[in-house]
Formats: sequence, structure tokens, C-alpha cells
Amino acid sequence: MDVVTDLISWIFLGLGIFLGLTGAFGLLRFPDFYTRVHAASISDTLCTACFIFGLAFQSGFNLVTAKLFIILILLWLTGPAASHALVRAAHTAGLKPITENSD
Amino acid sequence: MELLVNISLLFMLSLTVIAVVRLKSLFAIVMLFGIYSLLSAMIFIALDAVDVAFTEAAVGAGISTVLMLATLVTTGRWEKKSSRSSFLPLLIVSITGAALVWGTLDMPEYGNPDNPAHHHVADRYIEQSPEEIGIPNMVTSVLASYRGFDTLGEVIVVFTALIGVLSLLQVRTPPSVAETPLRNENRKLSRPYPVLQVVALVMMPFIILFALYVQFHGDFGPGGGFQAGVIFAVAFILYTLTYGLDDALALTPVSVLKALAAGGVLIYGGTGVVSMLLGGNFLDYNVLSSNPVSGQHIGIIVIELGVGITVASVLICAFYAFMTRALPDQGQKG
Repeated sequence: MDVVTDLISWIFLGLGIFLGLTGAFGLLRFPDFYTRVHAASISDTLCTACFIFGLAFQSGFNLVTAKLFIILILLWLTGPAASHALVRAAHTAGLKPITENSD
Repeated sequence: MELLVNISLLFMLSLTVIAVVRLKSLFAIVMLFGIYSLLSAMIFIALDAVDVAFTEAAVGAGISTVLMLATLVTTGRWEKKSSRSSFLPLLIVSITGAALVWGTLDMPEYGNPDNPAHHHVADRYIEQSPEEIGIPNMVTSVLASYRGFDTLGEVIVVFTALIGVLSLLQVRTPPSVAETPLRNENRKLSRPYPVLQVVALVMMPFIILFALYVQFHGDFGPGGGFQAGVIFAVAFILYTLTYGLDDALALTPVSVLKALAAGGVLIYGGTGVVSMLLGGNFLDYNVLSSNPVSGQHIGIIVIELGVGITVASVLICAFYAFMTRALPDQGQKG
């Protein structure tokens, strides 16, 4: 394993961990439903992307990397769609987002 | 390391159970049951039981969550307050639990290779199945060939469940052909869920392709008819959820699904009858071909197909039955 690719891989993995933690904190700390979904959707998309890039650098050019990228495409399709469905359902059910003049 | 993973999974499982008991929102409880199934699937993977894990993830976390949610729409989302005292139930549960724990003391030592469970028939399956059946996934050869009778029973149970659901809940008849063009026009004007519909349309071919892969690759890797049927059903459930029940009923009419559900059982049982007609025992695949091993391959593929067809059509049909109850007025609106 080349030192440079290892380093890049670990940078991506570290970024993924950071974004995952950000998403978790946001989910717990944000004031209303919509901002919480926003936080959770970060760990759905960018966080998993960072993990998969990091793992791809770990494995090099082979079948595993190809599979990892297929997983990434799948997650990028379904994750935002799920967040969208969640927010849309909440909006249809009449949940109002917090705005500047709501209090 | 493996011990750590096991302990943390078991800990999360217990937390989920406690949350399920304490929560009053049925919606959250259904979601927690999904998490529970996913955690059990992970435990099965840690135990190297990938086929079981696959089934648990597909059925427990996938289909049953959807069916429970469809039920919730009709029943309401909050648990009713019980006015009875919980002392007597607690006593009974504690005594039963203590008796069960006491019963485990008589069980053979955990993980001991000399346990009867590892020597009753397992030795023979492990040693003989490469020669007798010749397929790499031993789980499939046990499930479909050595234990073909049991699996036939399971398929019939699934089929009977459909009969039960259909006799309790009625599925709405599909919209007549005459009104379809007008409805198509309406739909073009107001696509209710554009993003979800496009994503569902993109995902569906891949889900079905994956189901077919799981179906026919079950001899070589984890998978088989039960898992493939569930994944197949999920594709159509996704379609129903995004495009509406009427479109889905037009796509897969209930009469066809009923025929397919019965047909799958018929394929399975018919394979047994054919092997009897060819001079073997019921579900003895050796006689299906001149070479016993390739006869086993043919038999396993055919009965797995029967299982897949029955499971998929039963689940789709049961889902339609639940959705008919959940959305009784959708036909008038759309």
C-alpha cells in the first residue's frame, strides 16, 4: 500500500466520521423536524460518499471498488429520495417549519 | 473483536425491546421492530448464517414493516391505555421467564462441537451433499432437497396465509378499461409525487434484476426462492406506494396474482408428483435426469422457482388487501 493513497484514504475516512458525527449531533440538537432531516440527510449522502471513497482508495482498482461505487450510486438515489419523501409527508400532514417570524 | 460485536449487537437489541415496551406511539414501535429485525439480521451474519440473515432483513425489516404500516393506517397510531392492573401479568411473565432460564441450564454447553445438534444429521449433510447434490450452497441443498417436504409445507403455509387474508379483507377490483384513458390524462396534468415516481421507476428494474439474481443464484450463494420472492414483491410495493393502488392493480391484477400463488405451489407439488411418476419417491429429484446430480440441480431450480412465484404473488396480493382497507376512497379521488 502506497503511503500517499493510504493518507488520502484516511483523510476521506476521517471526513466521513466527522460528517457522520455532525449529522448525529444535528439530529439531536436542531430545533425542528425539517432541520433535523437536513442534518440526517448529510450523513445519508456526503458522509457515506466519503466512507466509500476512503474504502475505494484502500482497495485499489479492482472489483471491490466497482461494487463500492455501485453502492454509492444506489445510496445517492435512495437516500435523498427517502429524505424527500419524509419531508413531503410532514409538509402534507401540515407540519410548519420554524421561520423567522413564527415566534 | 467478534465478542465485542456480538455484545454490542445484543445490547442494542435489548435497548430496542425496552423502547418497544415503553413507547405508546404504534408508528414508532413498528419502526423499532424494523430496527430489531435488522439487528437480528446482523447477529445472524455474525453467526455466519447468511441465508437466514438475508431472509430476516428482507422479511422482517422490509415486508412486515410495510404491512404493519398499512395496518396502522386503518387502526390508528396510539396505543390504548389499559385500565387493568399489570401485577398478575408481570407475575406470570416473571415465572415463565424464570422457568425458561432454568430450562436452559439443561441445554448442552454453548458452542461445544460434540453437541447433538451438530451430529444428528448435520454430519451427513456436510459430508455427503457435495457428492449427492453437488451445489456449493449447502443451505439450499438442505432446504430444497433433504428437507424438501418441510419447505413444501412452508410454501403451503404462505399460500394459506393469503387465503386467510383474502377471506378477511377484500381487494378492490381493478379500474375498468373504459375509464383508463381519462385517468391517464389526469395523471399527466398532476403528477402527485414526481421525484418519488422517477426514483421508483429507476429503481424498479434493478430491484427485479436483483430478485432474479437471488432466485437463480441461490444454488451458489446466499439466497433462494423465499428471499427472491420478497424482493420481487418489494418492487411492486414500491410501485404501489408511489403510483397509487389503482395503477398497481391495473399492472398486476389480483386474479393473475391468485393464479400465480396457486401455480407456485402447484409447480412445487407437481415436481414431487413427476418424480413419483418417474419411479422415485415424492420429491426425489434423482430420477428427473439420467444423472442423479443433474436431476437434483433441475429439481432444486424448479422448486425454488415455485417458492419464489408463490411468495412474491402472496405478498403483493396481501399488500393490496391491506392497502384497499387503508385507502378506501382513493378510486374516487384519482
